[in-house]
Amino acid sequence: MRNEPETTLSTAETRDLHCVATMMVPPSEAFGVPGADDATIFADITASLGRDVAAVRQALATLAALSGTAFANLDATRRQEVAAMFQARGGTASETLSRVILQCYYRDDRVIRSLGLEPRPPFPKGHTLEQGDWSLLDPVRARPKMWRDVPPR
Amino acid sequence: MNEMVDVLIIGSGASGAAAAWSLADTKMRILCLEQGDWMKQADFPSNGRDWEARRYADFDISPNRRARPTDYPVNDDNSLMKVANFNAVGGGTIMYTAHFPRMHPSDFRVKTLDGVADDWPVDYQTLEPFFEENDRMMGVSGLAGDPAYPPRHPPMPPLPLGKTGTRYAHAMNKLGWHWWPSDSTIATTEYDGRAPCINLGHCTPGCTQGAKASTDITYWPHAIRAGVELRPRCRVREITTNAQGLATGAIYYDADGVEQFQPAEVVILACNGIGTPRLLLNSASSRFPNGLANSSGLVGKNLMLHPWPQVRGYVDERVDGDHAPMLSLWSKEFYETDPTRDFVRGYTMQFARGTGVVNEAVTSAAAGLLPWGHDHHRIYRDLLYKRLQIGIACEDLPEEHNRVTLDPVLKDSHGIPAPRIDYTISENTSRMMEHGIARATEILTAAGATNLFTSRTILNSPGHLLGTARMGNDPDRSVVNAWGRCHDVKNLFIVDGSIWVTSGGVNPTSTIQALALYIADSIKQRLATLFD
Repeated sequence: MRNEPETTLSTAETRDLHCVATMMVPPSEAFGVPGADDATIFADITASLGRDVAAVRQALATLAALSGTAFANLDATRRQEVAAMFQARGGTASETLSRVILQCYYRDDRVIRSLGLEPRPPFPKGHTLEQGDWSLLDPVRARPKMWRDVPPR
Repeated sequence: MNEMVDVLIIGSGASGAAAAWSLADTKMRILCLEQGDWMKQADFPSNGRDWEARRYADFDISPNRRARPTDYPVNDDNSLMKVANFNAVGGGTIMYTAHFPRMHPSDFRVKTLDGVADDWPVDYQTLEPFFEENDRMMGVSGLAGDPAYPPRHPPMPPLPLGKTGTRYAHAMNKLGWHWWPSDSTIATTEYDGRAPCINLGHCTPGCTQGAKASTDITYWPHAIRAGVELRPRCRVREITTNAQGLATGAIYYDADGVEQFQPAEVVILACNGIGTPRLLLNSASSRFPNGLANSSGLVGKNLMLHPWPQVRGYVDERVDGDHAPMLSLWSKEFYETDPTRDFVRGYTMQFARGTGVVNEAVTSAAAGLLPWGHDHHRIYRDLLYKRLQIGIACEDLPEEHNRVTLDPVLKDSHGIPAPRIDYTISENTSRMMEHGIARATEILTAAGATNLFTSRTILNSPGHLLGTARMGNDPDRSVVNAWGRCHDVKNLFIVDGSIWVTSGGVNPTSTIQALALYIADSIKQRLATLFD
């Protein structure tokens, strides 16, 4: 069914979303990457909610209900407990919340470079694909026909 | 009022374009109404850094989520599988993966061979020249000699095997099972004005390079040069009829939302397996109270969607990921019926190369493979570009309770009642799915993959739209005859996937287009006696 009309997140919802982003993808010195709460990445997340905003609001409302207060108000231990409960529930809202964060995190130039990739769109440069060894098909070529004969009408 | 045309085609996608091109050599006045617009290659996602995110937005496979002004909503709440379509010049060929298998000869004779469903009133041999013609028009890359099919002659060489394909090939040879490079409508050489593939990797939501065949860049330029008129942004509300029970034309809304009437001598529906029954049901009148061409009661029934479970796993090296067309190889090892199994009919295995950076994260998080927290980075790097994934294209047999009806509440932006689908997966198909999942697991294990994960109905699962206005010789058990003419309305034809009797276990576009060419040819052969 069609989505609800687009709206924006409240200040409280934005705080909770920031908290989720921090927990989902924290910064890592070992891998040399920022977290999803990085200012540039988080700005991309909030600016890119688009048609997902209703589902994100619903997910954040679920988190707040599980928290008994704003998710961001919880201490670190309680946040982990609530986050685990939220993830265990699954469903569209949870998947949407995850997606809106990950689709922005994994297009950040710093993150892409850390993966050994060029930060660019596929077009126009494209990629190279090795031809491979077609002699691997030889045993298949040697098989008898596999399709079934059809009796005449 | 608009001037009368000889032939009015509704829908410009796979089948409408093929029919228009074929009929153009009659020099009749032919008009096609298309509710969508022309697409521009520069607007396709692979031009921008948000290319993966747009698969979940304006290039989502579901019209409900995509919600473009040119889309219409579909109530698919009562179906685990969702509707895949695209509304534009080119229709669903804009939004498809370009996998181009044909139906097999046995697919047209399932009652005779396997005692289920019904035989088609046409056969592979009859369609063979039209398959060949369509391969030439769409530009198919592939390799002759596949023992799973009667001889074929793809006009371009196959897509490269690549690292991922090589992994699969070794695994399949180890198991002694059939595999073959897939037929694809992705150009591997320059072809009829199209540039060859440069491995943008995101073929489904439109090809910026123009290597993927969609009918806006294959059939339509030829048809328009031959004199066919294509009128985009025109949404048809209903087919009108006269006192003799013949179609007289169509009422539609133009790009400005103004209601128009287009008179026509012949009307051809090419709106897909959802859009066509929707239009027929919306064309009910006092003469046709249950919907147009529906004396059999079968308009909208026997919807088949091709359940498509997927199994994926991860190897210990980076393979091709999204740096190549997604499709790679197929296997027909389990396609034909085997009486030792607990199901009839069979499936194609479709071997995918992998997925992209964002989609790996999103789908692995949804699958519970990618955690929140500090382990996220390490685990993600064990997944990225290491994925092998096998899709299982299961034949879906016709069942009347799987159907398209008109939703009593939901309407499109012009106030036209929207379709509703009710669909469940049958016991036979469920057993087939489990068999395929087990075999895919064996293949991935043989390929050295671990961390296996199975999706029975996947995110963005493609639902091919088939069977809702079936063809046949008995007017009580079919909607159209053996050459696509409605039994009830002798100047109304259907050329899209709704006329399929059974679904086979293959992506349908190749066979849809071959059928459209066959029906257009049948019309041409019978012009003097078309309405007898």
